[in-house]
Amino acid sequence: MAENAMLNQWYPVGLFSHLAKGVYKTALMGEKIAVSADANGDAVVTTCAGRILPVLVRFGHVWSSLGEPTKDLFSIPEADQPGRRFVEVGVVRVRCSPLRAVENFLDIAHFPFVHTDILGAEPHTEVQNYKVEIRDVEDEVWATQVKFYQPQAAKSASGGITTEYMYRVPSPTCSVLYKTCPPRPTEWDVITLFVQPLAEDLCDVWPWMALFDDETSMTDLIHFQQTIFLQDRSILENQIPHLLPLDPGMEIPTRADMTSVAYRRWLKRHNFTYGAQLVAQ
Amino acid sequence: MKLYDYILSPSCYKVRLMAALTGIPLKIRPVDFHPGGEHRKAELLALNPAGSIPILEDGDLVLTESSAMLVYLSMKTAPKWLGDGTAEQAARVQQWLSFSHRLTANLGGARLHEMLHRPGDIAVLQAHGIAALRELEAGLVEQGLRGKSFLASDRPTIADIACFPYVALAPDGGVLLDPYPAIRLWSRAIRALDGFIEMPGIHRLHELKPDPSIAAGEE
Repeated sequence: MAENAMLNQWYPVGLFSHLAKGVYKTALMGEKIAVSADANGDAVVTTCAGRILPVLVRFGHVWSSLGEPTKDLFSIPEADQPGRRFVEVGVVRVRCSPLRAVENFLDIAHFPFVHTDILGAEPHTEVQNYKVEIRDVEDEVWATQVKFYQPQAAKSASGGITTEYMYRVPSPTCSVLYKTCPPRPTEWDVITLFVQPLAEDLCDVWPWMALFDDETSMTDLIHFQQTIFLQDRSILENQIPHLLPLDPGMEIPTRADMTSVAYRRWLKRHNFTYGAQLVAQ
Repeated sequence: MKLYDYILSPSCYKVRLMAALTGIPLKIRPVDFHPGGEHRKAELLALNPAGSIPILEDGDLVLTESSAMLVYLSMKTAPKWLGDGTAEQAARVQQWLSFSHRLTANLGGARLHEMLHRPGDIAVLQAHGIAALRELEAGLVEQGLRGKSFLASDRPTIADIACFPYVALAPDGGVLLDPYPAIRLWSRAIRALDGFIEMPGIHRLHELKPDPSIAAGEE
């Protein structure tokens, strides 16, 4: 089955800090699962038939898989740097393909129109040239040297700056974004999008951040990211076709879409097709 | 004036929008509603035992109902937002303020269910939401026949601000607005008001571009 390749991946299934609240019932790729803590406080994930699934806890979240993951979950070395604050933004459900949610996260061109006056503003709509590659050793998609003018790039930014970005896709439904850190110009802020596929056209999105920002309150940091993501949500729910097309069909990508093109190519190469449309309709 | 606020709450947005339209500065105190559940913790429960937000504080006055906040902000600086003072308009305003609670319960409930995992019977919430939208659509059509573009008057009142957010965000809860032309025009009229502010899920109007210039003789 084409989905097998994705069955063996790790997916976020809940916040570790919320395990104490009791059993959390959710789903993974169409299968109902329960996330809970055992007597030692360790995370346990089971299917409703009682099958015990692989578990690990990283980046504040519980991760699991319906299959047998052949490799460890990706790491984010920057997240271990001392002095960072970790922001658990919380879950938001979106009626869209999990792959669509990741692809939208990789796009810069929509900033002035969807995140107006925050991540972009007219007339600064140009996406300058940037570099995209599929790194063979890491087996990840990377976009680097991405630059964009932003009126309010982060909660800690005062006034407009040209922000530099790097995007990384280390797993089919996860993306890590490195972004200019206004209070510490030599470091990158880390902003992630962890997507839990509930079905091919339904997902739970768990944004998470590791920031250098000692000024802003935790609630403000959460609300900043929720604002951005909820501006995307209504767009994501209206994208047609609902599944991510891996066959170009009627779509014509432009240079600004290079990251998306590489992401789709990488998905296709690995048979990561849960949530994808294989033949243009 | 201090508003205990959540950026994604349509009820909080009513108050932020009203304050923006009437030029009243608010001191915003963000509440970690999701995922933190701060509105159910001791500090806020002491202010509002109902455990809901928004909460508006002004000196000794503590308000926990958004409709009361709209009245308060209007009376302070812009009484025209309450209607023209006739019995009929005052009653129409009250009619829609009460009606707006149904929108909170059904369209708001559907949105919380679909977006933030809150419990509820989604089919029932959506069905009641659609019934309320049809009632609103009929009300706006009737107002249109009277030559009036807004719910209670020929100018916007707090009734429009009370109903607008949950209606505009209905698609977040899986309820489409496509079948309601009067609601769409009304929503456009509200978004075109001077001082209008947006919230996530409610987009601003794109600036109207000038008409294309077509030289004589060109087709």
